[in-house]
Formats: sequence, structure tokens, C-alpha cells
Amino acid sequence: MTDRSSDKEKTLGDALRSQGVSRRSFLKFCAATASMMAISPAMIPKIAEALEKARKPSVIWLSFQECTGCTESLTRAHATTIENLIFDSISLDYHHTLQAAAGHAAEEAREVAMKENHGEYLLVVDGSIPMGDPGYSTIAGISNYDMLMEAAEGAAAIISVGTCATYGGLPMAKPNPTGAVSVGDLIKDKPIINVPGCPPIPVVITGVLTHFLTFGAIPELDHIGRPMVFYGQSIHDRCYRRPFYDKGLFAETFDDEGAQKGWCLYKLGCKGPTTYNACATTKWNNGTSFPIEAGHPCIGCSEPRFWDGGGFYKALSMPTQDIGKTAVYTAAGAVAAGVAIGGLNKLTKSGAAAAHDKTTIDDLEKE
Amino acid sequence: MSEIEFLEWVRGPGFEIATVIFIAGVIIRLLEIVILGRKENLAEAKGSEMSSGLRTIVTRTIPDKGAFKRSTFTIVAGYIFHIGLFVTIFLFAPHILLFKDVIGLSWPALPTPIVDAFAVVTIITLLAILIHRMRDNVLRFLSTKEDYLVWMLTILPLITGYMAFHRIGMSAPTLLAIHILTVELLLVAFPFTKFMHAFTIVLARWYNGAISGYRGVES
Repeated sequence: MTDRSSDKEKTLGDALRSQGVSRRSFLKFCAATASMMAISPAMIPKIAEALEKARKPSVIWLSFQECTGCTESLTRAHATTIENLIFDSISLDYHHTLQAAAGHAAEEAREVAMKENHGEYLLVVDGSIPMGDPGYSTIAGISNYDMLMEAAEGAAAIISVGTCATYGGLPMAKPNPTGAVSVGDLIKDKPIINVPGCPPIPVVITGVLTHFLTFGAIPELDHIGRPMVFYGQSIHDRCYRRPFYDKGLFAETFDDEGAQKGWCLYKLGCKGPTTYNACATTKWNNGTSFPIEAGHPCIGCSEPRFWDGGGFYKALSMPTQDIGKTAVYTAAGAVAAGVAIGGLNKLTKSGAAAAHDKTTIDDLEKE
Repeated sequence: MSEIEFLEWVRGPGFEIATVIFIAGVIIRLLEIVILGRKENLAEAKGSEMSSGLRTIVTRTIPDKGAFKRSTFTIVAGYIFHIGLFVTIFLFAPHILLFKDVIGLSWPALPTPIVDAFAVVTIITLLAILIHRMRDNVLRFLSTKEDYLVWMLTILPLITGYMAFHRIGMSAPTLLAIHILTVELLLVAFPFTKFMHAFTIVLARWYNGAISGYRGVES
């Protein structure tokens, strides 16, 4: 206990220095973060100062209906990066996948952190919350809903990580058997930062944390709660294959000439045009590449309901249903109906002709 | 309804409903016209109906000198926007994908900047056509609500398509969804309005040519 409190007294600067991070690489990180988040270079010293002095913020991480892919993404770096160190330097007081404690001890750590840092801790949530039956997902016998509501009450802000927490994700996909909902569906009175993606990009979360530590506020968000700096532009707008789209050069299959030459993947179902994320600029695995660079179309994983978007390999301009069949049946039905109506018209016409009386001179003279 | 749900609806059930109304409406109306036929002509035929009819379908594409002189603007603007519509609808790569998915046929696309230019010219032409219709006393007098509705349903997919391509004003999924929705409105209105001329023009020209052919006169 004492160890943990003394650890908490340390500032982020102390923590980084104790891990052997030089001043030079620390400032480099600050500059990179500033440019990534489109903050003026004049703010770099301020970011450095704020981070330097920041006490390790208490973070409680709740995992509900999720696959742990988000945690994998955010913690598994191939080399030790400075982002990783920032991430290591927060006081992650509860994360049931990563923490050593288990059972009562783990739950106690959560309760202590919530009490000690009431009103100040950051709550990170990954996974959706089942509302159909609380028994679908529980932790230590507590339903996800109860745990979220209790932890949210004392949180300074909530970061929803991954598409399940932000928009319901896979559990909410049709037919949504567990009645899954997102964090934002349940909590309306706290600032929520949505960091969607399946999984989200690691650098996005460190960027959001840095922003929170520097300015003490959440970054500017778009209309569905995503930080504008990372989700302000679509994949399509920043895609290096965009010139091929503009020229009308497309890969038709995964192994044709177009695919080998790196042409646009629109026809293979790329959702880049309707997907807002930073993959095309920050990329994955320490900036190595991103799905489109690896030859696979974007599946739109940072957008709400992306699982139900009509198939990952269907181009955006195609209908989501099998219209061809409907069209054939409709045409057949319409031909039958048209012939029937035409026949009726003919009947009416011949009926009228048959009923037609000719007027003779005699008829006229009667008057 | 979220924007992605909206997009999903217009790409799914919305498009299906529009397609059914469009196909059924067009086929029933055409069959009605053809089956009804014409009154039997009791005069002796002085020439072939068929060859004159077929020839007229093609020859009427070029306006005669007198008509061209009287309504130069209508004819020139009409040609420009019809060609523009053809290029934007049928030669834009994402649209060809749609046709491929529905009818199984595909053909080469034009580069997108060219289609884009055609779209702009078409939009400007359609605006000019509306101004012309409203400023010309005779045209304004002859115009019905349907004429304005059809004009609106023609220009809306072009404007929304242009906005969706250039991402103007709203998020990309919303823009794309609105674009598809405007096309669906056009498809639904098609069989019940003068949009039908896209199909009936062939019948009308054939009948015109056939009547002249039967009489043995030039059409």
C-alpha cells in the first residue's frame, strides 16, 4: 500500500526518467504529439512542462463484452516506444486482464482507487454492456451495467475504447442477442471520448491522454464523440491509393494486375470513403503500414454498425441486398400484370364496340 | 437513426422498394400502350410501316432546321444535359459497379475528373433550363407542377452526387446516403411522370414513322 502511494507521488517526468528516457527523446515525443494533434509548435514546451509535472493519473479500466483485442492493441508494442512508456506511466489501478491481483483483491483495488480519486480518475471502458439479461456478462458477480454506473459516477471523464464500447460493435450486430448497448447509450452526464476501432490505433489513446494531461480537458470531438484530430478525415481522403481512385484504376480481384500494382481497392469493398480514422496517416505497428497498404480494403471498423454494413467485400455503391433476383421476379410479375391489364382494356374496348348503337336517319326523324 | 443506419437503409430496403416500383411501373405502362394498339387503318397501304418506323426512330434524333432555329436553346441545352446525364450515370466507375451487381453487365469507366466535369456542366445546364422555363411566358404558361417536380428529381441526384464525391457540408456516409435516396425518389417517380419518355420515345417515334410509311410519305 505504502509502495503504491509513493509511486503515485512520482510525476510523469520522474517515472519516464526512472525508465531511462532521455530529455531529448521526451521532447521529441512532445513535438511528435503536438504535430500529430495539430497543436501549434509554440505549445510544445507547454506540453512538455505539463507532462513533466503531471501526477500519474489514476485510471480504472473496465472490460465488458469484448474480445481483449483493444487491450492487445494498446499494450503490445514490438519495441519499447515512448508512447508505451507514457502508457506505462499512468496509474492503471484496475484492469482485470493486466493486473496481477485476482478475485476479491482485484475488486478491492478498484474500490480503493474509486474512493481515493473520487471525481478525478479516468475511466476507460472497452466492450459493450448487455441489457437483455445482466447474466450475459458479469465480473465478480457484479453486472456490467452496475459496475459501469458505479465507476462512472466518480470519474472525471470516460474514454470508450474500441467500437464495442463506443457504438456497440460486434455484440450489437444483428440480431444483437444480448441486447448490447454502448457506453454513450447509458451515460449522458459525463464527458465521454470515443476512441472507436476494431481495435483502435495505440497512438490515438496516448494522444488523448496527453491532451488530457496537458490541458486538463478533453480534445475537440466530432458529432459522434471522436477526437477530431484523429477522426477528422476519412481514410479515403488520406489514402495513398487515392490517385488511382481518381484515375479510375481499380483492382478487380485480390490477385490481378491491378492488385499487384497497388491500385484502388474500392471495387473490392473498401469502406475508406465512409470511414473516419487515422490509419492512413499514423498507421499501425510503429508506422509500418495499414490494412489498405497490406492489400486489403478498409472494413470501416471505426464506424457505428460496421458489421451490418452489407458485407466487407461489397463495394459501397452496390446495394446490400440481392437486387438481381428481386428485379427478375418483379419483371416477371409485371409482365403478367401488364398483359392482364392490357387484356382487360381490350375487353372494355370490344365491349364498348359491341354495345355501340348506330344512329339512323329514322332515329333522328322521330324527334 | 444514425448516419450509417441511414446509409444501410438506402442501400438495402430503400433501394429494393425503389427498384420494384421502377421495374413494375415501367413494364406495366409499356405493355398497356403496346397491347392497346391503334385503330385499324382501312385505307390501302402505300408503303412499309416497319422500315419507315425504324428509320424515324433514328432520324428524329437530329432536329430539322426550322425547329432548330425556333428553339435553339431548348435543343442545345437539352442535348447537353442528356449527354451529361448519360456520362454521369453510366460511365462513373462506382455506378458501373452497381449495374454489374444488379444486371450482371459491366463496361469501362471514364476517369473520375472527366465525369466530374460533365456533372458540373449538366448541373449548370439544368439551372439554365429552369430559368429559361420560368422567364419564357409561353413555356411558363404551359408548365405544370409535374414539370418542376421532374426537373427537381433530375438535378437532385446530380447535386447530391457532386457533394458526396467532393464531401461538401456533411459527413461522407450522410452525403452518400442522401445521394442514393434522391436516386431512389427518381426511380419511384419514373413510371408515373414524364420520365417515361426515356422508353416511350422509341414507341412514339416508331408510330410517327409507321403512320407516314403506311401513307407512303416521308416522315
